[in-house]
Amino acid sequence: MDRFAWASGLLEMNETLVIQQRGVRLYDGEEKVKFDTGVLLLSTHQLIWRDLKNHECCIAIPLSQIVFIEEQAAGIGKSAKIVVHLHPAPSNKEPGPFQSSKYSYIKLSFKEHGQIEFYRRLSEEMTQRRWENMPVSQTIQINRGPQAGRIRAVGIVGIERKLEEKRKETDKNISEAFEDLSKLMEKAKEMVELSKSIANKIKEKQGDITEDETIRFKSYLLSMGIANPVTRETHGSGTHYHMQLAKQLAGILQSPLELLSPEDLVNACKMLVALKLPLRLRLFDSGVMVIELQSHNEEEMVASALETVSEKGSLTAEEFAKLVGMSVLLAKERLLLAEKMGHLCRDDSVEGLRFYPNLFMTQS
Amino acid sequence: MSFEWPWQYRFPPFFTLQPNVDTRQKQMTAWCSLVLSYCRINKQYTMTVMEAQESPLFNNRKLQRKLPMESIQVVLEELRKKGNLEWLDKNKSSFLIMWRRPEEWGKLIYQWVSKNGLTNSVFTLYELSNGDDTENEEFHGLEESMLLRALQALQQEHRAEIITLDDGRGVKFFQ
Repeated sequence: MDRFAWASGLLEMNETLVIQQRGVRLYDGEEKVKFDTGVLLLSTHQLIWRDLKNHECCIAIPLSQIVFIEEQAAGIGKSAKIVVHLHPAPSNKEPGPFQSSKYSYIKLSFKEHGQIEFYRRLSEEMTQRRWENMPVSQTIQINRGPQAGRIRAVGIVGIERKLEEKRKETDKNISEAFEDLSKLMEKAKEMVELSKSIANKIKEKQGDITEDETIRFKSYLLSMGIANPVTRETHGSGTHYHMQLAKQLAGILQSPLELLSPEDLVNACKMLVALKLPLRLRLFDSGVMVIELQSHNEEEMVASALETVSEKGSLTAEEFAKLVGMSVLLAKERLLLAEKMGHLCRDDSVEGLRFYPNLFMTQS
Repeated sequence: MSFEWPWQYRFPPFFTLQPNVDTRQKQMTAWCSLVLSYCRINKQYTMTVMEAQESPLFNNRKLQRKLPMESIQVVLEELRKKGNLEWLDKNKSSFLIMWRRPEEWGKLIYQWVSKNGLTNSVFTLYELSNGDDTENEEFHGLEESMLLRALQALQQEHRAEIITLDDGRGVKFFQ
């Protein structure tokens, strides 16, 4: 909830209202906040919440702050919700109702229904990213900094380069975005044809693969980002390159235009945790690698830590490490995380540091 | 009025100042409540910080846990903010603990006065707090500064007037 800023709720010149819904309550992560009865408005640029009882109370968040959204179905006695995962708040963010938050996501609870339609519209706005093409006043366009506006991926250099030049000249607009896509698809089509032809030849052992075909194929691979000299020159080689990439990755989940070589992607993902971004790379036993939101994994780990501590009554980091079979350092981190999330509390005495289930919260 | 230690008193983390803000809030609420109940039961109106540190209140010998001095200060500050505590000296070494507010005391005293048909009589402060007649009353033994505050509250309500007598102060109650 610390990503929100106080707002007037008025729309700017280039901004349009997309949908609004009454009876929406806000959650900071899993916790209810005082913003319990309000109208939620979605515009092309931001998400605005206005208190129904007190119209002066109005907060907003730019859509560019959103990494990714999910639906949470209604349950017994529970309204349907939309979970909104957010980028960290930028340092130049305008003041808002919360100085800090332990969560990197918020929830929108639809007490008077309307979640389905709202989710659909919000998804659409996230895909179209109209706010990028229609700049409004300074206060709304946040997420500046080293990335300077639109996230760039590195990959299809030839196409990318041409588009970069175009973009630098004029304001972005939707037709340009679609232009990228159609050019990309053309190239992809060509490559698919070529690959098919080569594959067939190998299969049927029909004739030789011509030198020309080989050269063309290699050039396509090159343009896909494998051993790409131009890109690495721009962004440095090796680790630095991957670090930049990791940062960009955290922001481009939903974009349909960027393509990366698998190798670069994996290396960048390995950086995710180190850079403390809200995503992590998870390796399954089968060898499959998955990018997942840190919050999901954290919740699982914390729940399991709580169970273990509850079973034993209380545990030190050493005891926990031994029980679960992990390093003491990691054990301590996990216990501290559980404490930060309010599931455990501590007993710090001459006997050492022990963690207990947080009875302060669970017991009356 | 029977006194029972709350469940927190037997919970070791209760004696460690919790770093999690929300947890700490719950912890503080429990401590404030405990301090007031404890002092009420023991009819303790004032206390020194040294005394407090060693008393069973902050020192659970059975559990082998005591609330460290820094944390005791945090609890006392909470009580002060809530209006239940007043420092008696600049060094913050002793304090008044108001487990009952002055207005509440005033009400009890006035009730006793009118029940016994003693309005329009004059009492010395000592008589009220330590006289034989008030032996069975809750306000018996009430510490002087608390008593004075209570009477000041009644004075505000025009139910009493604090007067100066030869050897100290007294109070006259009105109908």
